[in-house]
Amino acid sequence: MMIQGLSNDILTSIFLSMALASATTLILLVLATPLAWWLAHSRARWKEAIAAVISIPLVLPPTVLGFYLLIALGPNGPGGMLASLWGARTLAFSFPGLLIGSVLYSMPFVVQPIRNAFEAVGERPLEVAATLRASPWRAFWTVAVPLASPGFLTGAILGFAHTVGEFGVVLMIGGNIPGQTKVLSIAVFDYVETSQWGTAHLLAGGMVVFSFCVIFSMMLIEKRLRQARL
Amino acid sequence: MKACRFLFLLFFFAASVVELKSAFAETVNIAVAANFTDPAKEMAQIFKEKTGHDAILSFGPSVQLYTQIKESAPFQIFLSADGELPKKLIEEGSAVPDSSFTYAIGRLVLWSKKSGFVKNEDVLKKGNFTKLSIANPASAPYGVAAVEVMKALNVYDALQSKIVQGNSIAQAFQFVDSENAELGFIAQSQIMTRADGSGWQVPQKLYKEMRQDAVLLKSGENNEAAKAFITFLKGSVAKNIIKKFGYAIAGKP
Repeated sequence: MMIQGLSNDILTSIFLSMALASATTLILLVLATPLAWWLAHSRARWKEAIAAVISIPLVLPPTVLGFYLLIALGPNGPGGMLASLWGARTLAFSFPGLLIGSVLYSMPFVVQPIRNAFEAVGERPLEVAATLRASPWRAFWTVAVPLASPGFLTGAILGFAHTVGEFGVVLMIGGNIPGQTKVLSIAVFDYVETSQWGTAHLLAGGMVVFSFCVIFSMMLIEKRLRQARL
Repeated sequence: MKACRFLFLLFFFAASVVELKSAFAETVNIAVAANFTDPAKEMAQIFKEKTGHDAILSFGPSVQLYTQIKESAPFQIFLSADGELPKKLIEEGSAVPDSSFTYAIGRLVLWSKKSGFVKNEDVLKKGNFTKLSIANPASAPYGVAAVEVMKALNVYDALQSKIVQGNSIAQAFQFVDSENAELGFIAQSQIMTRADGSGWQVPQKLYKEMRQDAVLLKSGENNEAAKAFITFLKGSVAKNIIKKFGYAIAGKP
């Protein structure tokens, strides 16, 4: 009976959260890799300022980000201009809007581990690759990326998990639309608010188990990779 | 060392302020339904001037406040957006029996920030907009009323895909005010001070009357400030504020 009560609504929310987290992680890996590389190797003095900007969402209340996004995604902001390309008025209340919010919000969780990994690899292996006539591009893909793979893995897992756990930003720009913006965390909030604590318990418990699995598997993977390298 | 002394002084200063306050006046913590935010703020100010007591307000969707009260949140009075939740609190023993009364009757407005956009229900029938904002019907009476109105007008099925939900009536308004939604069902009180935009006051016959009840909570039974606020809320000063913000007043209590 409980399972029937699980209904489409919940399954849709779970699916939506997974889709949002996967898409966010993919976009972030593409964006974060060059960014992290630059942060690790540039000698520009202002690079730490850029690093700080990327890390701001770590300390910023989600409501601040949500507030700015609500304005920026709206018809009078850049988001509205972008949306008008396909005839919409606003990016708020839409999956692309949530995606933009999530990418910003989870960015530090992906950039930081990859940057650390690139820095740990250092210049030396790349110089050696260069003496073996590898082009910088080839050295990057065949030397730097494989050596930094634990950083990529950590970044991807953290980015994914953090997006699944996102709440405040989605609450402020989502509009609670089933199948489009009603993600898992919002669904839990809804169930608690409407005193459906049975369902809330089920979902909340599931989230705890999920989070544990994510963190635990990350630790195991990191440990294995470290041992493999020694 | 200096910092230490400073902190010490600060502590004593803070302690003495608390001391002073309690010598003269008491404090009442009030949980206020989001739609009543503006009038409640004005009331708290006048209440302070008149009685010296401090009314500290917390705003949120009624159901959320109800849940917090049940989990022993430190409130002494609850101004709900409906009549059910105060009744439930009394039945469950969290509120003082017979203390609930209707302090205001909410009015629903269809509003847009664009001037001339909303004149009457025709805008709903035409449907030439992309997003319509309402409060979450699962937790906010204004959301329930909005759905009732759309059903009464036979436009609910057609509009369903355009509805976005705010977590409270405050957020529903925020979606319209930021123009992310072209229009929305909001509380009359939210636009009383606004000169811009366009609105249609929804006729009462299209939705169930939204009686908003207040209740004295068990933790406020012996709180002077709480009792004073209840008296104040029933008085003519408060009633004028309530009317000024676009609510109706219930007939003789």
